[in-house]
Amino acid sequence: MYFEYEIEGGNFSRAGYASSEVKKRLRQLNVDMKVIKRVVVALYEAEVNVVAHAWRGKMRVDIDRDRIRLEIDDEGPGIPDIDKAMEEGYSTATPEVREMGFGAGMGLPNIKKNVDKLNITSEVGQGTKVEMVTYL
Amino acid sequence: MTVADIVKELGLKVFSGEDNLHANVAGGYVSDLLSDVMGNAAEGMIWITLQTHRNVTAVASLKDLAAIILVKGLVPDNDMADQAAREGIPVLGTGMQAFDVAGKLHNLLNRE
Repeated sequence: MYFEYEIEGGNFSRAGYASSEVKKRLRQLNVDMKVIKRVVVALYEAEVNVVAHAWRGKMRVDIDRDRIRLEIDDEGPGIPDIDKAMEEGYSTATPEVREMGFGAGMGLPNIKKNVDKLNITSEVGQGTKVEMVTYL
Repeated sequence: MTVADIVKELGLKVFSGEDNLHANVAGGYVSDLLSDVMGNAAEGMIWITLQTHRNVTAVASLKDLAAIILVKGLVPDNDMADQAAREGIPVLGTGMQAFDVAGKLHNLLNRE
């Protein structure tokens, strides 16, 4: 089963919408609640990253019998140093975004903790792709 | 102890989700960082915060939290209140600061 959602860059009033839709779908499909809880954390963080940093993005979810594949693909500024971005506490978020309680440098570490496999590829000035796999 | 019991015991204001106060409270979490709550809070907890925008509701809903308490007399932004009402998430308010309301909540939950 496959579904996808659009993510709008810069629009914080919609942040979390795609993750919430995926959560509903996973519940309908009777995916284990423990798995849903972890996946939702990773999805939300990845979604907020697109909203906070990129112009636009897509969330793609592909589920089969033994795993969920999640892909968040954006058009945006890209990440020059992915290792640095993965560090706990490192953030390039704007002061406005931080004021809302985002941009604490916890997003990517949260993603890493909540999926079984994570692969991030990025091209500066083009965009970033976050691929995640969780085994069922 | 349910959200309704806590509203009564602590004299909290109910801004939204008044029909959803029956949930059992599993504990509390105090933070103003959304990713901290996302990563560390657990289902059924009450989230104590000074953030008043709608992303708070989104996080509470994704994490299946029991309620949100806004501290220091803060009120939810209109879009936060609207979304919380739509999703049935209790948004509560107190004049107390976070340390005081967290202490009282902790006592209540430990009394059980």
